[in-house]
Amino acid sequence: MVTSSPNATTAAGTASPGPTQPGRLAGLGRVLAANKSLFGLLILMVFVSLYSPNFLTVDNLLNILRQTSINAIIAFGMTFVILTAGIDLSVGSVLAFTGAVCASLVAANVSLWVAIPATLVLGAMLGATSGLIISVGGVQPFIATLVGMTALRGATLVFTEGRPIGTIDGASADAFWALGGAYLFGVPLPVLIMIAVFLLCWFVLSHMRFGRQVYALGGNEQVARLAGIAVGRVKVAVYAVSGLLAALAGVIITARLESAQPTAGTSYELDAIAAVVLGGTSLMGGRGTLFGTLVGALIIGVLNNALNLMDVSSYYQMIAKGAVILLAVLVDSRGKARGS
Amino acid sequence: MAAILELSNISKTFGTIKVLDRVSLTAQAGRVLALVGENGAGKSTLMKIVMGIYHPDPGGEVRLEGKPVSFAGPRQAMDAGIAIIHQELNLLPDLSVAENIFLGREPLNAIRAIDWAALNAKSRELLSRLKQDHVDPRWPLRRLGVGAQQMVEITRALSLDAKVIIMDEPTDALTDVETAILFEAIDHLRAEGKAILYISHRLNEIFTLCDDVVVLRDGGFVHQGPVAELDEPALIRHMVGRDITEQYPWVATEPGAARLVVKGLRAPGIEDISFEAHAGEVVGFAGLMGAGRTELARAIYGANPATAGKLLVDGVEVSIRSPGDGVHLGIAYVTEDRKSDGLIQPHAIRANMALGALEHFSPGLIMRSTLERAGVSRFMERFAIKCAGPEAPVSSLSGGNQQKVSLAKCLLADPRIVILDEPTRGVDVGARREIYGLINELKKQGLCVLLMSSDMAELLGLSDRILVLSRGRLTGAFARGEATQERIMERAVA
Repeated sequence: MVTSSPNATTAAGTASPGPTQPGRLAGLGRVLAANKSLFGLLILMVFVSLYSPNFLTVDNLLNILRQTSINAIIAFGMTFVILTAGIDLSVGSVLAFTGAVCASLVAANVSLWVAIPATLVLGAMLGATSGLIISVGGVQPFIATLVGMTALRGATLVFTEGRPIGTIDGASADAFWALGGAYLFGVPLPVLIMIAVFLLCWFVLSHMRFGRQVYALGGNEQVARLAGIAVGRVKVAVYAVSGLLAALAGVIITARLESAQPTAGTSYELDAIAAVVLGGTSLMGGRGTLFGTLVGALIIGVLNNALNLMDVSSYYQMIAKGAVILLAVLVDSRGKARGS
Repeated sequence: MAAILELSNISKTFGTIKVLDRVSLTAQAGRVLALVGENGAGKSTLMKIVMGIYHPDPGGEVRLEGKPVSFAGPRQAMDAGIAIIHQELNLLPDLSVAENIFLGREPLNAIRAIDWAALNAKSRELLSRLKQDHVDPRWPLRRLGVGAQQMVEITRALSLDAKVIIMDEPTDALTDVETAILFEAIDHLRAEGKAILYISHRLNEIFTLCDDVVVLRDGGFVHQGPVAELDEPALIRHMVGRDITEQYPWVATEPGAARLVVKGLRAPGIEDISFEAHAGEVVGFAGLMGAGRTELARAIYGANPATAGKLLVDGVEVSIRSPGDGVHLGIAYVTEDRKSDGLIQPHAIRANMALGALEHFSPGLIMRSTLERAGVSRFMERFAIKCAGPEAPVSSLSGGNQQKVSLAKCLLADPRIVILDEPTRGVDVGARREIYGLINELKKQGLCVLLMSSDMAELLGLSDRILVLSRGRLTGAFARGEATQERIMERAVA
């Protein structure tokens, strides 16, 4: 980004992504709309901190961020997919499969410089396969990725023989397990990875041609196609991004748990979709922001944490989570109905 | 002659903006009343007031058969006998014709299940009142063409025993044959004593079909009277408030070298088409609906790639397999249907325009917002697009302004060849003239313009040459001056 432009780019540089960039009024409206989930998050945090003194501590907040990082990273990829009016149900299985592959590479003492990139490429290829089935095969995203979700879970169980792939001594393994618990400047490594991924994805969506193509495709596929956008390629690319980020989450989770679980990532796709929707992105495509997704993931993270702090049983936690998501979506859709 | 629907003194204010100002009109039994005006004149607001979607400011009154009424919504208006047929049909394609006609009011039998025999019998009777006996009420709706589907909507209005039928641009999506059938049905409704409110941009329809006309301009009431007392220039004068002396301002240019050469082109819907189009030339394409104009445009642009034949752009043979190829070769295509494949309605004007020239605005894959903003604002000024700003959603614009955005989107990429498919459909008289001016400007700049249009006067007025298509083949070619409406029609039905 080396435009030597005088004034206009500074405004564009700080604006959140999306096809409707500022114009003062539109900008204000969008900040408010984006802040609806942000306000929700803040209200939630105030409420929780009143009930639980342990909530607003640096340790606990870092803990929340670390727990959120996995879901957030997956949800960033999901945002790309949902912006094109697609859905990716396979992320949880991609996470498990790539995590298992990564653990076995590490166990075989393959250098991390090879093992991790190879895992990420594998994830991207798995995602791209879904994308190809959707764009070339003309299969509905829901079905194509449901197939991926089922088949990859099976493949993981075959690959791991249903057992965790665990610790084996070796230089690679030691370095890998260390990654899971590493801190940089007092911040857990997964959190830093999440921030880096966020910035990268935000830049792609709001400042690159590809981002525009994603929004256009979700806004109206026919229009995008007739404008000369290679719609099929864009679709393959968004599912590849989703697969790659699911694999990244798989690497992090495997390092953190010091083993790859064959059942890892079960129902993670639902948390990721929930984060995207809580962030105000439309399941119909073409409308939404990555920042919203980050906020959505944090809402889920804070909620989980708060319910734990309040000693709510995990059975009730699920009910509470469902209720909060419903509430947020209702508020959002009411706002939209008034706005139009 | 009984007045069925009377509107008197209707005003409507949104915030501080007055969109309707003391409008009155009277629709009478057995007469077709045309409601005309430019986009934004207040026609749709007025209709929404009739249907109870909006309520008029105090002082205004809607009377149905002499009694003042105030509907809480369209449902009540329909129950009271006012039916509206929208441009976009409100039908369910997977239900049967009969189910569509009686949706929500199906006749029931003793055990409160649907009485299919009665449903189909009643539907058949209603359809035959409109001379639609060939339609089987048990068919799924999607089996019918757009024209026949519209007949189903009208049948539904009949089934409601509507006294007033409002039609909003009903012929926009119809072929000439379907239009003729619609007009016959309207004649029939007129004979049955229905009051019909007919909204249209097509002035010739008003003269052939309607008995009376009401003209709105900028929310104000301008004129009501029998159509017979007006001629076309007078009607246009009422609509735009000024004389439009030169409806089609053709300019003479010296055509340059052949920009586009088409040889033996075949694609779905077109067969063996060959022609040349030159720099600085407007080539018009005439033909009946379904003759293959849109298919030809899409084949040249790459949206439906050709299966055989050659294309040469500026003397170089090219292969166009996708719209992306078309864009790269400097071909721009303004689609026939703005809503479904021209513009992304909820997205900003800026984002829509930029789509046409994404690669220009993102050298090295990264968007340069300065380039983008400059390009977009240049066209917003040049086309005088009326809007709240470049970030306003396209859906907030009138039809004419949307069309200008569509044009700008295509021109931003600096094309050599521009294909315009029905560029003035659903566009009002004022914006139409601006679009004509623009076509001439493109021609003067040495672009090659292919103009596909169903509006014969427009084709004759703007084209340097006119090619005629019929059933996917080229059946005639006329130089400007040789072409007349009769000659073209003769070739179009060949």
